[in-house]
Amino acid sequence: MSVKIYIPGDSGALAVGADKVAMRMAQAIAARDLDVTIIRNGSRGLFWLEPMIEVETEAGRVAYGPVKPADVDGLLSAGLLDGGDHPLCLGPTADIPFLKRQTRLTFARCGITDPLSLEDYRNHGGLAGLINAVAMTPQAIVQEVTESGLRGRGGAGFPTGIKWKTVLEAEGPQKYIVCNADEGDSGTFSDRMIMEGDPFVLIEGMVIAGLAVGATKGYVYTRSEYPHAIRMMTRAIEIARKNNILGPSVLGSLHAFDMEVREGAGAYVCGEETALLESLEGRRGVVRAKPPLPAHKGFLGRPTVVNNLISLATVPVILDKGGAYYRDFGMGRSRGTIPVQITGNVRYGGLFEAAFGMTLGELVDDIGGGTATGRPVKAVQVGGPLGAYFPRELFDTPFDYEAFTAKGGLVGHAGIVVFDDTADMLKQARFAFEFCAIESCGKCTPCRIGSTRGVEVIDRIAAGIEPEKQKDLVADLCNTMKFGSLCALGGFTPYPVMSALTHFPEDFRPVPMSQAAE
Amino acid sequence: MDSRHLDADIASRTEAIVGRLKPLEGPLLPILHDIQAEFGYVPQASLPVIAQGLNLSRAEVHGVVSFYHDYRETPAGRHVIKLCRAEACQSMGANELADRLLGLLGLDWHETSSDGAVTIEPVYCLGLCACAPAAMVDGEVIGRLDADAVQDLAMAVRA
Repeated sequence: MSVKIYIPGDSGALAVGADKVAMRMAQAIAARDLDVTIIRNGSRGLFWLEPMIEVETEAGRVAYGPVKPADVDGLLSAGLLDGGDHPLCLGPTADIPFLKRQTRLTFARCGITDPLSLEDYRNHGGLAGLINAVAMTPQAIVQEVTESGLRGRGGAGFPTGIKWKTVLEAEGPQKYIVCNADEGDSGTFSDRMIMEGDPFVLIEGMVIAGLAVGATKGYVYTRSEYPHAIRMMTRAIEIARKNNILGPSVLGSLHAFDMEVREGAGAYVCGEETALLESLEGRRGVVRAKPPLPAHKGFLGRPTVVNNLISLATVPVILDKGGAYYRDFGMGRSRGTIPVQITGNVRYGGLFEAAFGMTLGELVDDIGGGTATGRPVKAVQVGGPLGAYFPRELFDTPFDYEAFTAKGGLVGHAGIVVFDDTADMLKQARFAFEFCAIESCGKCTPCRIGSTRGVEVIDRIAAGIEPEKQKDLVADLCNTMKFGSLCALGGFTPYPVMSALTHFPEDFRPVPMSQAAE
Repeated sequence: MDSRHLDADIASRTEAIVGRLKPLEGPLLPILHDIQAEFGYVPQASLPVIAQGLNLSRAEVHGVVSFYHDYRETPAGRHVIKLCRAEACQSMGANELADRLLGLLGLDWHETSSDGAVTIEPVYCLGLCACAPAAMVDGEVIGRLDADAVQDLAMAVRA
């Protein structure tokens, strides 16, 4: 029987040479006349080990990494096909501590299966949720999701079941499911990993959402910065259509559902749900005032569920194993699991899915292994460019929506960016304002003008011009932006700015003239 | 081709794209993406054709084109480097690498070299934050960039 070798096709692996490894492997296999099938799987999310290749042995899968093309011949000679020993051998994949400590529900198949093999998908528990859902009433599906306690994984944390109930009860000639895959936050890539590594789970989740609220059409709005994800998602949709998972008769039922991928055009603000809908309709990505809610008047003015990709990709496991099963993971009002992305200047960077409740310190020091440079951790930014910078003193904060809010931060899309002690927090605060100015849609004044004024004020602090007065100005400006902006872009930019100022005041002291002149 | 013929050519190719994608719900972004794929930028001569086809004003179409960072008013260089400037890449020294690359190319952000070889643009996150610093060169992703890789890159795009 043909031996299976897995070489990830995830962008994170491609970026560090996975295609070259795959090509070299194919040549070496041909030269040695071996009976081997190369499968381009998604990533397991252990990015410091990418390209991480695996071989399927009788005792399970064995991993090797990080593999360079030049390592391929040596690996084969060392008995790769039988899981042979080699300096790059990581042992059985399932026993790697970074993976073993995770609770993978949403990412159960990512990195394990061939992303475009429906057979693989079914063999690893795929479609079980949809098969259940097809036989249920819309109310029962919504009830199951409500019971699971699932909250929006885009960052806002709104209960998914309640959103679905609103759309189910809304009247309209046509309803829509819109997947927000406009994953623009630095330090996040979980949406990308699903689209590239397990696209069928998103399709299944969207079909279930359609059945639940009576929508027959779905859109995945994603970023032009993700060309590989777009290709994989588009191919998966075609395969799903051919196999009656999408189309006029979902799994042979009387329900219809179809979907397509739409590509953004490089605007961060389109990750905000109303700007996303404007963009999807073909307009400037300008934020809409709410109400009306998208649930009542969304895409083309019709009732629309707008959910984050991770929320939708979590629905299949809930419908498969039940809302109570999912709810039993987590803490407080944050139920289930959260795929945390540990990134930036970190030794073991990657995707770590676990039940809510782990502390920031455990994730950064214990799981992440501290910085890649080996220097002390100075700050971590959680939740993307609009998230707060946390100092080491707050590392006991548990991963939980309410706990992060209480500490002046946000969970966001669960990205953590680690900085070592060379980071200059004044520069980071300035960047937060600068980014807001670049990406502001321009509709509301606090965001459009406040961001530019913010850059100027920070520059005056750096220049030592009446720094104490400027700091008061920054605080006042942030207050205006926080309460006066229409959406989270202007409203949350104060989080990184004020957290930098509050937790790292030493970086905002004027540089003595003698030093500045050097 | 003189400019009048060029405009007529652009108009007819635009019309074909608009005709094909018009049935979509919210067709404007897909149309603009296809136009940019066709011409390498969104030519001014396309705008009235799109406006006519979608029953919009030229101002509305211009407003959409100018809102999004992706759409170009002029063709890019033969190579396009998009270097990530977001926080995760910053934490791994992306700012210093960017200064170095801009210096090697003799360009500032959004500029194209006078020989038309290369355009350099900032990008805010490629989703490669666990293998930072990252870039995209002609659509291919590159992670774990360092000073040597940047040097090689500058040489390669000028070759």
